[in-house]
Amino acid sequence: MSPDASLPALLGLAWLLPLASFALIVLFGPKMGKAGIFASYIATGAILGSFLLSLTAFCIWHFGHLGDRGSHVAAAAAEHEGEHAAEANAETAATGHDAHSAGHAGHGLPTEPATVYTGDWYTLAQFGALKLSISYYIDALTIVMFTMVSLIATLIHFYSFGYMHEELHEVVDHEVTLADGHHLHRPGRFHRFFQYLSLFCFSMLGLVVAGNILMVFVFWELVGICSYFLIGFYIERKSAANAANKAFIVNRVGDFGMIIGLMVLWASLGTFAFGDIDGQTGIFRSVRPAANDYKITVPDGMIKLAAMDEIGAGVDATPAQVSAWRSEGYGYWLLVIAGVGIFCGCVGKSAQFPLHVWLPDAMEGPTPVSALVHSATMVAAGVYLAGRFYPVFAPEVLLVIAYAGAITLFLAATIAITAVDIKRVLAYSTVSQLGYMMLGLGAGGWAAGLFHLVTHAFFKSLLFMCSGSVIHATHTNDMRRMGGLRHKMPWTAYTMLTGVLAIYGAGIPFFYIGLSGYYSKDSIIAQVLSFYNENPTHGAIFFTLAVGGAGITAFYMFRLWFMTFAGRPRDHHVFDHAHESPKVMYVPLVILAFFAVTVGFPWLPFSVVKLLEQARPLGAQGASVLVAGLTFPEEFVSHSPEIHSLAEIAVTCVAFTGLVLAIAFYGLGKLNPNEVRQQFPAIYRLLWNKWYFDELYDAIVVRPVLFVSRLVANFDRRVIDGFIDWLARAATKVASFDDLIDRYFVDGLVNVLAAWTYSIADALRSLQTGKLRQYVMLIVIGTVALTLLIRWSVAATG
Amino acid sequence: MNLLSGPVGVSHFLVVGAVLFVAGVVCMALKRNALGILMGIELVLNGANINFVAFSSNFLSEDVGYGLGLDGQLISLFVIVLAAAEAAVALAITLNFYNNHATVDVDRADELKG
Repeated sequence: MSPDASLPALLGLAWLLPLASFALIVLFGPKMGKAGIFASYIATGAILGSFLLSLTAFCIWHFGHLGDRGSHVAAAAAEHEGEHAAEANAETAATGHDAHSAGHAGHGLPTEPATVYTGDWYTLAQFGALKLSISYYIDALTIVMFTMVSLIATLIHFYSFGYMHEELHEVVDHEVTLADGHHLHRPGRFHRFFQYLSLFCFSMLGLVVAGNILMVFVFWELVGICSYFLIGFYIERKSAANAANKAFIVNRVGDFGMIIGLMVLWASLGTFAFGDIDGQTGIFRSVRPAANDYKITVPDGMIKLAAMDEIGAGVDATPAQVSAWRSEGYGYWLLVIAGVGIFCGCVGKSAQFPLHVWLPDAMEGPTPVSALVHSATMVAAGVYLAGRFYPVFAPEVLLVIAYAGAITLFLAATIAITAVDIKRVLAYSTVSQLGYMMLGLGAGGWAAGLFHLVTHAFFKSLLFMCSGSVIHATHTNDMRRMGGLRHKMPWTAYTMLTGVLAIYGAGIPFFYIGLSGYYSKDSIIAQVLSFYNENPTHGAIFFTLAVGGAGITAFYMFRLWFMTFAGRPRDHHVFDHAHESPKVMYVPLVILAFFAVTVGFPWLPFSVVKLLEQARPLGAQGASVLVAGLTFPEEFVSHSPEIHSLAEIAVTCVAFTGLVLAIAFYGLGKLNPNEVRQQFPAIYRLLWNKWYFDELYDAIVVRPVLFVSRLVANFDRRVIDGFIDWLARAATKVASFDDLIDRYFVDGLVNVLAAWTYSIADALRSLQTGKLRQYVMLIVIGTVALTLLIRWSVAATG
Repeated sequence: MNLLSGPVGVSHFLVVGAVLFVAGVVCMALKRNALGILMGIELVLNGANINFVAFSSNFLSEDVGYGLGLDGQLISLFVIVLAAAEAAVALAITLNFYNNHATVDVDRADELKG
């Protein structure tokens, strides 16, 4: 079978398996063995099947496209500027960057479009030009994401066997106190957890494989609702219910922007599809037509939409006129709005500033959920979509993305310094790392941002699962009550250390050997530096925040590890009860730790960077229109030794400083954090209160909304209800008047008639004597009388 | 025309029928015995029968200028059948009445009075 038939079939099946599992568990969940234990087998089997299928697809892709991009780029480069290419090759090889530049074996961009398999699985409906279909868009990015999601989801399913085992019995929730002072007792919800996990996997895989933006939106909302269900898994806890609502509502804000983006795209392009399907031009080729050398071009539809007034005034939209309008900048702002709108959705889902507030609260959900949904996959979906939509983003939009990312990464990293809840530290770390990815994308580093997405997914889900293992053992989230746990739970401790080193970006500078985070974070920072070279004003902010963020990341991650696993136990009760988690929990940790180390290796034949290069969108960024002088350096520029080494030196120094500080404060105890806290109380309060974002939103959004809703409720109760009550009372009055008429007039008439009838009948009754002879006499008399009557009447008339 | 001196014609039959009818009616009106009343009914019916037969007779038809022909005969046959049926039902009612009240006095049968 050729890849264009086998890949959609494989991925389609892999996508639908979790849906089948979800349907089965929804229908028969409670009947599946004791407390629904078989539900977990079904869900795990389904996702394992998905993983195997996507692995097959991965292999088909890898062997089918082994030489893509790398070879022909090299050939093209050699043809055109062979000398230069050779020189570049020599340079990179000399500094050990040859593996890194596999996709750029020459100098320049890929010249041919990336290999994409796209088409419709099923057309739901077609209304004129609007086609609603279940379609797929499979390129290397899809394959990478699909495999990554299904792999991590499989491991987390296994891990959940152990973590959620309490749900197999009746559960006593110690965090819920009922009105009578007792803790809540409730039946276990084991099957329901796996039911939601299956639905989530289906939605997430659908989001990845989706071939049109409408389908993306549908699955976008589906993962949102799964996230809502899973955050609110312990629904009886007020905090969990609030967190679920918060996550859902904050996401609505972003999705509103996304809908605007969708409307702009559809109104101007008339299609939702990414790629060209059945001869209809998709979004990407509309914005970056081959005729214009794949440069960003305002599509005709947008120009006509923007020039509606002129067209209405009678100007004919001939091709010449349209291109005249194009050169005047018509419709460009529509392109920017479409891009910013789509990015708004990403801001909500990926918890970027200013909508980052929901993600830390989402840690109310069970830890496997945090690992799967709120660190590795769903929150990364925003970054994925930003990467997928990269061809549509105008330079101004990229700048917005970069600013959002830079602010987010710094803000979240600083908050993580003071957080004491182990999961919240990781949550802020996730927000911060997502900011890195967005910054990477926004600075023009398409592959860098998405590469970090993949590596981060592995090490952050590892970190979350380790924290889950710790919470499972200690029954607390508070790091101040932990300490010294590495003696009790070595597997967890050292796999977590691997994760910490990965996020720290541990590696040997200049030799290009390190853990996964080392490669991805360095490539982002190198790209930011390269951006700085072109645009010093914006670039300076980005570079400072990114490098500073790396130092803070090192500090808070090691702080977390030292507080949890090193030193002496702070709470002996917790320490004495701690134990290593069961095998089903730590084996996934080991597997993930392996991936956290290796997934970034660029020299592997199927390395993530090479695969991503195969999917890189074509075409240079155009000149910006709204912001003057914005130039986006191509990504291969950042691989040049001068930029990359400088970035590496900067980030290594700063991160090492962070590490040293963490060791000094928490590892060796040479410095006392409390003293620092007392020295800078204002900063401490600011960070402890998370930059007062919750308070700010509470003041400017939540309270006004509640105020208005109370106002409306009062209006409803007093005025509308009052009016209705008045109507009701009036109706009762009318009804009682009617009742009088009915009773005395209508009924009276009927009663009088009846009484008359009765009395007449009563009078006539006496005629019925029962005497037979009398009857005969009456008959005779009657007959005679009749005869006489007829006789007389005949005589009278003649 | 004098009935006693003239030849026998329809009028004579009508006189006999009227006598029978009146006798029957008087019998019905005066008898308290249910069987007597039944007999009165028979007289009434047969009075009517004589009229029908007389009017349908070919021999007498000149008297009145027209005749019922066989219709009169048929109607009187029908009346006879009717009388038989009626007598059967009435006798059954009488027997039952007797069984319940040990009498056939119709003045006692006034339970259905209003």
